Amino acid sequence: MSFGQLGYDVAHLLGGGVLLLSFVLLYQRRIGAVINAFATQGTLLALAAAWQAHAQGAPGLYLTAVLAFAAKGVLIPLALHAIVRRLNLHRSVETALGVGLSMTAGVALVGLSILVVLPATEGARALAREDVALALSVVLLGMLMMITRRNAISQVIGLLSLENGLILAAIGVAGMPLVVELSTAALVLMVAVVAGVFAFQIRERFDTLDTGSLEEHRGEGR
Amino acid sequence: MRFPEWLRGVSSLRDPRLRHAVLTLLLLATGGLLVLAAAAPALARHAKGAPVVLGGCAAASVLIAAGAVGGLLGGPDALDLPFGPPWGPARVAIDALSAWFLLILGLAGTAASIFALGSLHGPEAPRRLLPYPLFLAGMAVTLLAADGFTLLLGFEAMSLASWVLVAHEHEEEEANRRAARIYLGFAGFGGLSLMLAFGVLAGGAGDVAFAALREAPPDGWRAALVLALVLAGAGSKAGLAPLHVWLPLAHPAAPSHVSALMSGAMTKVAIYVLARFAFDLMGSAQPLWLGAPLVALGAASAVIGALRANLEEDIKTLLACSTIENVGLISIGLGLALAFRGADLPALAALAAGAALLHALNHAVFKTLLFLAAGEVLHGALSRRIDRLGGLIHRMPVTAWAALAGVAAAASLPPLSGFASEWLLLQALLASWRVGDLAFQMGAAAATALAALAAALAAAAMVRFWGLVFLGRPRTPRAAGAEEGGRLVQAALILPAALTVLFGLLPGVMLDLAEPALRLMTRAAAPRAGFVAIGAAEGGARYWPLLVALLLAAAVGAVVWAVRRRAPAGVARGPIWDCGFIAAPHHLPFGDPSSQPTASGFGQPLRRMLGTSLLAAREGVTMPPPGATAPAVLQSGFHDPALVALEGPVPRWRDAAAAQAERLRDLSIRQCLGLTFGAVVLMLALLAWLEAR
Repeated sequence: MSFGQLGYDVAHLLGGGVLLLSFVLLYQRRIGAVINAFATQGTLLALAAAWQAHAQGAPGLYLTAVLAFAAKGVLIPLALHAIVRRLNLHRSVETALGVGLSMTAGVALVGLSILVVLPATEGARALAREDVALALSVVLLGMLMMITRRNAISQVIGLLSLENGLILAAIGVAGMPLVVELSTAALVLMVAVVAGVFAFQIRERFDTLDTGSLEEHRGEGR
Repeated sequence: MRFPEWLRGVSSLRDPRLRHAVLTLLLLATGGLLVLAAAAPALARHAKGAPVVLGGCAAASVLIAAGAVGGLLGGPDALDLPFGPPWGPARVAIDALSAWFLLILGLAGTAASIFALGSLHGPEAPRRLLPYPLFLAGMAVTLLAADGFTLLLGFEAMSLASWVLVAHEHEEEEANRRAARIYLGFAGFGGLSLMLAFGVLAGGAGDVAFAALREAPPDGWRAALVLALVLAGAGSKAGLAPLHVWLPLAHPAAPSHVSALMSGAMTKVAIYVLARFAFDLMGSAQPLWLGAPLVALGAASAVIGALRANLEEDIKTLLACSTIENVGLISIGLGLALAFRGADLPALAALAAGAALLHALNHAVFKTLLFLAAGEVLHGALSRRIDRLGGLIHRMPVTAWAALAGVAAAASLPPLSGFASEWLLLQALLASWRVGDLAFQMGAAAATALAALAAALAAAAMVRFWGLVFLGRPRTPRAAGAEEGGRLVQAALILPAALTVLFGLLPGVMLDLAEPALRLMTRAAAPRAGFVAIGAAEGGARYWPLLVALLLAAAVGAVVWAVRRRAPAGVARGPIWDCGFIAAPHHLPFGDPSSQPTASGFGQPLRRMLGTSLLAAREGVTMPPPGATAPAVLQSGFHDPALVALEGPVPRWRDAAAAQAERLRDLSIRQCLGLTFGAVVLMLALLAWLEAR
């Protein structure tokens, strides 16, 4: 595969779409929209995995695609929507970085990951190189989202989108064993469950989802 | 043909099987020490256990000394052990340089082990018994190592085992705990610096076998960095200023035979590491200035050590300070050899290196002797404070006369061993004008003056030590009732005393024995000067120790003969004129101690002359108000500026850093995540920058 070929272009397009949705996640302030953007990102990820399964001729990746779609495109967003409804957060607007600032930071991180990955993977296939660069950008943007948000739900979404980046890297590399992906998917589900429980507990105890309120209740040094 | 050369000419010594046998013997002795250490806790329960362990240490030390002589006469040999770190075998080797220092270790270890055996009374606690063989084995492993990992392993074993021995009485005195704490800090610092030195020397390849390191000698800033790290690591272990402060603290805290080994052997092992780096691993094509820091630090150590030795009131502290002085002199010799080699003057380099090696051996022997004598004084008179001793020559004659040999050598009096090596060192210093560089000439002239000053100060310190401890009248009843130790203890004192005299009379033979080591270091042999002499250069100044000894003996004999002859027949002994002393009161049966010079009184002139500027010495008189009957009080004291710096700003910086680090605990979750994120981004940016270069 090389430039101008259909396989390359579609893979590139899907990876770029995942990255684009990371940017959306970064500046979106309404919680419902954040969850929707995350669901879209999961769906795109599933499409990318399916395309890779087709392009690499690896039927195992179809399973990955199905899992990703089911977990990240449908189940987790539905569960998050349910939480939001139960906690009555529809209308809440939360503080995040401004659009301009978050875009600038995001672009800088993407530039950094391209600068790191492209020289380091010389000799690998062009597709793999681009894919790894995109995946690293998604990971970094997920981390950035985790530290800029105050709401527990948004922080969980940041973590899950970070994990999307990892899956994106894994499907781009030929020959990744299926077991790794399955266990990663299971892990993500567990993380989502634990995070949901946590969100409820925080809300119940402190009447807010702002993780800043946890600081006052640390049991050390006070 | 001279003796060692003749011996080397014997064909059976050239047999490679003999070299293998020598290395095997040394490895077996080291292995035996490790087995003794492992068995020590079990043996300590039996009454005969401690003598078995200490006797085994003495036997292993004798084997090490014998193997070292075999290594000096035979030749180099190397072996890859069948075990080692995960990435390769542990490499051991013997060449002339390590053999010379193994000889030092063997001699000091033999005397110290026999002394420990002789001063055993009853069962010995495992925590005192176990580290001793481990200490000896660690030094032997350091000297036998042929790769960085094995060397560091031995170095750390040596440091930690000696730390346990320094801390052996930690529950009794706060001073001992402080000494052990500072010692451990220095040991960790030294090991870390040496580790970094190996890292910088090995570079990206990461192979720390000596053979691989020799292939790629460093240059420019890398050579400077390696030398600085080695000076910090090995220099702090050897006691080079300004990292010398642990010696005067740790030596009094350790048992006497351990102090003897620490001063006699351990500082020499550190000097071996320094010499191994500077002369062997860093290659021979190093520039002139590489020797300058060694000369400068050596001169500073020599003066500080000798001056402090004049002011200390504890005999083991005093001897530790004298060790700092001697390590400084050895370091000057090594630095000069490096500079001469860089200036392409191989004969002078061999002269300076020969002076350094010979002084290392001589100092090891006489300082072991002096520490063992101090231990015997402590055992007999129950004190290390000079102001509680005195007149011991009557009660402990063997200790006193053996100590006199050591003291005379430390004061560099001919014909004893210290004079020969310090004479060679001064000859090398005086020849340093032949290095063309003007700055180096000026520096060397200053170093010459400082070395001469240090030698004079050391002589004064030794007169003070021996005179106040062994001469005069006892200052306490306990000193008046001191008792000589057993036969083994006396043997342990007489052995190094005899060696001190022997090495003093035959320095030429010892220098010939060291010749392969000198060739290894400087690619040249020390100048020859006939059978019983040593010389500064072919046809240059010479020193005939036997002739000097004969002249001295003749002069003393003539004086005795003349006095006997001029004395009238029928000599009657009258009461001694007591210089106008008032008779001591009855409650002081051994005389009034205050009518004899005290330790601080003896040191006062030097404290006033040099101590005020170098050691922040102070003196103040508190006068009572008019009419009061209280006596006036004279208070004096000094402190080592290096120790003040170590205990002042350094802990303050540590506390400030800890307080800053403590603030991290109060960060919120997002700030913690932010730290992680920042670190990841920083690493990626560093990676991108490195890839872009």
